[in-house]
Amino acid sequence: MAGIGGKSGESASSAFAPIRAWLIAPTWLMIGFFLVVPVGTMLVYSFLTKEFRGGVIWEFSLAAYDRFIFDRGLFGDEPPKLELTYITIFARSIVQAAIATALCLIIGFPTAFYIATRPVSTRAIWLFLVTVPYWVNLLVRTVSMKFLVRESGPLNTFLQWTGVISEPLQIINTDFAVQLGLFYSYLPFMVLPIYASVERYDFALSEAAADLYAGKWTILRKVLLPTVKPGIIAGCILVFVPSLGAFLAPDLLGGAKNFMIGSLIEEQFKGNAGNWPFGAAASMILLSMVLIVLLFYARRQSVRAGA
Amino acid sequence: MALASRNIRKYPGFFSMTLLCMVLLYAPLAVVAAYSFNDSLSITRWGGFSFRWYLDVFFGLEADKFRDAAWNSLSIAFLAATASTIIATAASIGMVRGGEFRAKPASFALISLPLMVPEIVTAVATLIFFSAIGFVRGYATILVAHIVFCIPFAYLPIEARLRGIEGTFEEAAQDLYASRGQAFRFVLLPLMAPGIVAGYLLAFIISLDDFIITNFVKGAGIETLPTAIFGAVKQGIKPNILALSTLMLLISIGFVTISYFVSRKGVKPGGHGAPETT
Amino acid sequence: MESSKENLAVELQGVFKKYGDFVALKKIDLEIKDNEFFTLLGPSGCGKTTLLRVIAGFEEISEGTILLKGERIGDLPPNKRPINTVFQHYALFPHMTVEANVAFGMKMLGMSKAEVADRSRKMLEMVKLGDFAGRRPNQLSGGQQQRVALARAMAPGPQVLLLDEPLSALDLKLRHAMRVELKQLQMETGITFVFVTHDQEEALTMSDRIGVMDHGILQQVGTPHEIYEKPVNRFVADFIGETNIFDATISHVGDANCVCVLRNGSSVGCEAGSNPQVGAKCHLSIRPEGLEMSRANDEPRSLGGRVEQVVYLGTDTQYLIRIPSGELVTVRCQNTIADGVNYSTGDEVALKPRDGAARLLVD
Repeated sequence: MAGIGGKSGESASSAFAPIRAWLIAPTWLMIGFFLVVPVGTMLVYSFLTKEFRGGVIWEFSLAAYDRFIFDRGLFGDEPPKLELTYITIFARSIVQAAIATALCLIIGFPTAFYIATRPVSTRAIWLFLVTVPYWVNLLVRTVSMKFLVRESGPLNTFLQWTGVISEPLQIINTDFAVQLGLFYSYLPFMVLPIYASVERYDFALSEAAADLYAGKWTILRKVLLPTVKPGIIAGCILVFVPSLGAFLAPDLLGGAKNFMIGSLIEEQFKGNAGNWPFGAAASMILLSMVLIVLLFYARRQSVRAGA
Repeated sequence: MALASRNIRKYPGFFSMTLLCMVLLYAPLAVVAAYSFNDSLSITRWGGFSFRWYLDVFFGLEADKFRDAAWNSLSIAFLAATASTIIATAASIGMVRGGEFRAKPASFALISLPLMVPEIVTAVATLIFFSAIGFVRGYATILVAHIVFCIPFAYLPIEARLRGIEGTFEEAAQDLYASRGQAFRFVLLPLMAPGIVAGYLLAFIISLDDFIITNFVKGAGIETLPTAIFGAVKQGIKPNILALSTLMLLISIGFVTISYFVSRKGVKPGGHGAPETT
Repeated sequence: MESSKENLAVELQGVFKKYGDFVALKKIDLEIKDNEFFTLLGPSGCGKTTLLRVIAGFEEISEGTILLKGERIGDLPPNKRPINTVFQHYALFPHMTVEANVAFGMKMLGMSKAEVADRSRKMLEMVKLGDFAGRRPNQLSGGQQQRVALARAMAPGPQVLLLDEPLSALDLKLRHAMRVELKQLQMETGITFVFVTHDQEEALTMSDRIGVMDHGILQQVGTPHEIYEKPVNRFVADFIGETNIFDATISHVGDANCVCVLRNGSSVGCEAGSNPQVGAKCHLSIRPEGLEMSRANDEPRSLGGRVEQVVYLGTDTQYLIRIPSGELVTVRCQNTIADGVNYSTGDEVALKPRDGAARLLVD
């Protein structure tokens, strides 16, 4: 019963209770008015009719969502045919984001593990090295990657100079370039949570397993990985979610063939050629996908907490 | 068998992967930085070392454009970081020192909402919203959008710091005849300072970094550094872009270094595994 | 007890503290005298820290009255009470120097700069930390931090000093040294100390009086001698020191004494508590050093048993005796050279309480 009261510092934890509404109100107002309301407005727009010069006509329509699945011809009067263009873009986005996540995991896990097992004094330096690129402007990073891997870029020059290849590699404007770009954008998001969970991992567990005749890789698989799984899952979500809606990497590295959701949405709001309701609908679908992933994750978390 | 293979913390290949990771992270930046000193019109051929593209950034044909864009970027980052840090500091005190209340989980969800909504969705929603209420897009719309999505970035380090400050410090201050206001000013606020600085720097960098939201809500005739660079890169990478990118790289590294030292220097408040006592 | 209220420092009358349905403090009536070293002793969760925090003003009471030197302070916030606290983990402000920590309270009270500086220096000298004024708390050892906390709390000249388990974070040796210093400091300054601890040894060695608490109730208040020798109930007897508790029945009641019969039939005389009734079930507490041991004899009524364990403790030897009822009785004998009797495991022995060693307990 000791936890109920009388502990030192207890009264301080509610010292600001009388004015807490005033303290939190600015946040409520800012995010509520400039994010929640806009998302609501966007939802409304996705059910409106497109205006040809950008913008909308206030008339209810399901056309924006219909367009994802059916092709009704240029004037919308032909019998509906199944339309695969947009479904393909969404599917490609999911696949690209998943591959980028896998790349981050393959490189990020050993890195995080290696850093977490360094002496405390050098750990901070390694972590610093991993986080510095995250602080560098995302556009600058993506442009740098584009510069490095382009056809006559330093990478190809270097590889040709060493004689590894005779013809320049076509990396730019491929799926791989996009994956590389996404990997480069979000790698720290994978390393940091895994690092945090490996750092908390008690290596006595590994020793206990070794003592019970488990080999190194068995220990990794059966003891360490299950223990640090929450960190791995958090890392995967932190990479997957932003990758799904990424714009810069697909746009700068992927070229026109490798369209992802981000580029599709962006195109709908560019100049007069766009289709605002369609862009709003695509955004809603992307948002729903992300929320589903996050809800799934949150439910897992609460199940774990309850167990 | 070598001793290393018996060490339970060591796995073969993990170090190589770490090195690969570092190469992947730094090679593009290093290459761009190196080529920014290339004294050649072509970005492919190396023509010797020179500062000509840096001079070009500051005094060349596009210097005015870049200067305006830099001014917009920095002033927006300054204002957005200041506003969001103040808002987030207040919110963190309300959340951490406000006791238990029903709207607490909802408030936390709202604060982290900008982190959960994909940036491009935020961009679209904000654009549609400003257009729906007939607000002319420009500097103000960029600033408002930046303040909103900087709030969680400022909030998280401040809240983490505040959570680590034991309540006994404020109690001790009041026990020593400080009023609530004095306890806040002389004890809680100074102890929170490293978190506030870290939150401010993070918000500043995030605002400076943003491309997508800015690109959607900026309207015609106003550019920030990222939108200006993006526009230029669309025409193909030119050497002055490499120089400009390297400058931005240096600014970012400067910022991380500052925040690294701020977070290290901050005195550790409390942190005892306080035994249960009554 | 002399009823002159003038020399009372703190007075609590019918104090209740409730958290929802949970009653943390149950009708506390307590008088703490001026210049006294008073200790609140009890196990974890007994309400002693809550009581301290009630006096300090960190917790509002649900019912009752708190008086400081005869004036009601129940409604005053902590910063309006001339009472200071030494916190369990000291709560030294980490962003201030040692000197600034000590000066804090005096500054808040609006003392003049010169006075603050002068008194800070004196306080630091008093706790032998004159050379450490410019350091930060995290550059000090645990013991030094403890002294700074003391100096800081005493600097504003409080009428009462509250100490919340201040020695618990120190290692054993330092703890023993600090006990002596704390006691000296209290006697030199004449400030009333209210000290909270769960360590009975600490309480017994330092206090003028002790209040033993359990389940939010003040079980007994008295001098260390009274608490140890004359515990009023089973909890106090059990919590303070080691004791053997026997089930018994009251067989005879005299003027000041009564006789109780143990389960094996042996009778023991003890001081009569409040209103004993012949035939009533009761408990007897006999301390391990209050039992005399001898070789088993044939006296049928004596308490006997077999030695089950012998533990050598240096000055004493402790024996665990299994009595026929199956219970273990602890006996402690001094290891004097003259008394050369030694018992070993398996020996049959007879036990007899020394005069006045048995204590009748009301539960």
